[in-house]
Amino acid sequence: MAQLRETPLIQKHTELGALIAPFGGWNMPIQYEGIIAEHRWCRQKAALFDICHMGEFLYRGDIVSGGLDDVFTFSVAAIPVGRSKYGFLLNEQGGIIDDLIVFRLASDEAMIVVNAATAENDFKIISSRLKDPSLITDISAATGKLDIQGPLSRDILTSLFGSEIGTIPYFKFIKTDILGSEAIVSRTGYTGELGYEIFLPAAKVAELWNLIASDPGIKPAGLGARDLLRLEVGYSLYGNDLDETISPLEAGLEMFVNFDKDFVGKDALLRQKAAGGQRTRIAFRVGSRRSPRHHYEVWSGEEKAGTVTSGAFSPMLGCGIGLALADPKLAAIGTEITVRHENVSMAAVVCGLPFFDGGSLRN
Amino acid sequence: MPSTYYTKEHEWVKIEGNIATVGITDFAAHQLGDVTFVELPATGKSVKQFEVLCAIESVKAASDIYAPVSGKVVSVNEALETTPEIVNESAEAAAWMACLEMADSSEVNKLMSREQYDEFLKGL
Repeated sequence: MAQLRETPLIQKHTELGALIAPFGGWNMPIQYEGIIAEHRWCRQKAALFDICHMGEFLYRGDIVSGGLDDVFTFSVAAIPVGRSKYGFLLNEQGGIIDDLIVFRLASDEAMIVVNAATAENDFKIISSRLKDPSLITDISAATGKLDIQGPLSRDILTSLFGSEIGTIPYFKFIKTDILGSEAIVSRTGYTGELGYEIFLPAAKVAELWNLIASDPGIKPAGLGARDLLRLEVGYSLYGNDLDETISPLEAGLEMFVNFDKDFVGKDALLRQKAAGGQRTRIAFRVGSRRSPRHHYEVWSGEEKAGTVTSGAFSPMLGCGIGLALADPKLAAIGTEITVRHENVSMAAVVCGLPFFDGGSLRN
Repeated sequence: MPSTYYTKEHEWVKIEGNIATVGITDFAAHQLGDVTFVELPATGKSVKQFEVLCAIESVKAASDIYAPVSGKVVSVNEALETTPEIVNESAEAAAWMACLEMADSSEVNKLMSREQYDEFLKGL
């Protein structure tokens, strides 16, 4: 197994007493004081996450003639400068190589933000699809990323860095000076709360962490809380809900696919659409506090009809919640299912998304 | 005098007369992290020593709880159904899980004393 990588903040996490474990090839903080306490702090106040493990690629060149516009399921050329967009990198079969966000930095410049575990492969594939691979650079190692999420995040950041941050609308970003370096502050996140992602030079990350963490309204939160927060609002996790064998149509994410443009995998998706899917993403609530978990089976009566892709106990709802890939006949809201694993069996009901709709995301 | 014994699966059992009160240790609760669900046994259920008594789930994991002694379940801690977080706050007192009517008091000879359990923990 390859050596686990570490972010510039690993010593900080150790000092804070974090439980540290491998995630996507990195040694990452899973929790500090406890997953549920950190989850609650993010929903009620603000949480600080070390997200330096994620990958960032910088593209410089004409978006259309350089080939970038045909790489993803959405048009990069159509993103206005100062905005970002979520979508997919697909294989020829329409399977998801990664889910990612593209930031349009300038008319001929874009930053692509990808998952940690897939970053190396993504870079090879994106490079191979461009007219000239030298148009793109992997800036992951030099780039630090901190997420500040929660209803107090705007107040905390504007008090530290000025009022301009407070004016950023959802899925827009600004370039601004932070600690003497150019940083990108983006109004995006993975929690369903009002929040920001800050990209800045990796060498400045520890200083920025200390500065933000000095605000009494914010506490560090690990990947455990992050996973709970994202599932409660129904966001997919690559490696669980999405992978190279799952298409965006099956994953319930067709809204992030633009069929009016070319992209690798489009023909496969069109065939899938015409034929009708064999399976579809469903969301369900368990009738107790039991947690469904990744790989548990979904049953309809006496027939196995799907597999859980993500599951957890939801502190906000007080019951188990989950996402599954299942037979499309189970997709109707209100359908009764059973989730099974070994000798455990839990009754559940198919529901809509998000599970939790009370977040401060659009405040 | 009640005496308390421990298992390698990190259960504790307090013996008072022929009643055995069962829970999990602070060590086990800490390892589990935030406890979100306790599946209590049915009262009247009979279990054999070291067989599955009930189950516990945390944010991180699901695991079985084994009966430290054989017996019949005579009462359960219903507070754990709505507030399983008591396990994290007070695993070795308030978060007892079930009381068993013991079938064979000699079974405690297969369990550890507190001193032996502490030694066992050091070796993990």
